Amino acid sequence: MSLLSIWVAMLGMGLITLLLRSSFLLLPDHLHLPPLLRRALRYVPAAVLTAIYAPELLVKSGAIDASLLNARLLAGVVAIVVAWRLRRTFFTIVAGMLALHGFGAAIASLQI
Amino acid sequence: MTTHQRIEFGAGLRASLPVLLGIFPFGVVTGVAMAAGGIPPLEAILMSVIVFAGASQLAATQLLGAAAPLGVIFVTVFFINLRFVMYSASMRTHLAGLPLRWRLGLGYLLADNAYALCITRYTQHPEATDKHWYCLGVSLPVWLTWQAATILGVIAGASVPRDWQLEFAAPLAFIALSVPLLRDRAMVAAALAAGTTVVLAHPLPLRIGLVLAAVAGISAGLLAERRTP
Repeated sequence: MSLLSIWVAMLGMGLITLLLRSSFLLLPDHLHLPPLLRRALRYVPAAVLTAIYAPELLVKSGAIDASLLNARLLAGVVAIVVAWRLRRTFFTIVAGMLALHGFGAAIASLQI
Repeated sequence: MTTHQRIEFGAGLRASLPVLLGIFPFGVVTGVAMAAGGIPPLEAILMSVIVFAGASQLAATQLLGAAAPLGVIFVTVFFINLRFVMYSASMRTHLAGLPLRWRLGLGYLLADNAYALCITRYTQHPEATDKHWYCLGVSLPVWLTWQAATILGVIAGASVPRDWQLEFAAPLAFIALSVPLLRDRAMVAAALAAGTTVVLAHPLPLRIGLVLAAVAGISAGLLAERRTP
């Protein structure tokens, strides 16, 4: 990645984020979100955040890998269970990393 | 600052303390992932200051690493941060009549945790005055903690061996962020539809899958909501 693209990305992201965060603080008072749009926006975080991590677990070098030999998928499932039960960022990440290395070692020993 | 403004500001500072414990590890992970993902230390730290949005910083790191076009990065960041439109719409009545520098400043600082604290307090005490000082009191410690944590993460991340696979901390952070949102059937439907769509759409160019997934997730959520009595 080039330094220029990092800088352009950074400045553009900063502007987009600032405009979205300030949006209704800057708009005139008589403008409101239509009810349907307001309801639709509720689902954006769950949908988009899931869409960002799902391929990291399920797509391996350009192909879908839903097998038990996919350490990232297994570690992701562990992290999802921990996040669901404990709701703590720290424990989720530690459990996921430990599971990744645990499953990775187990799968490597199976394949020898 | 008047005495009352100082009281509101102090109340905000105190309310922020428990939240900082959750922000710190997420900030460290974001810093580690940016460094492990190949963003140079100075740029990674500046990105935290300029963008100040963990999920966007993580997603941009992955996309820059995959040499995605800038337009794809911007569309992704737009969708990730669309929730802030909802936040600002609900904050507006409580922050009416402020000068532009306050509205832009509080807009820049409007992070998830800070928003949750502010809107809870505003709903409980709608008649209060100087509400913006409470919001500033909540937001400043959140901002400082985030910056300190990412700097620490960037420094730590640059010195960690590659075979630790610390870049996997990025998807794990997204799991930690999104799974607690799945509190009702409609949210679960939105997440499942989005996840399935993005995986099936992975061969499509320019990560169009993310936009399709957002549309599929929102539709699934609205449909599931309508069916719930």
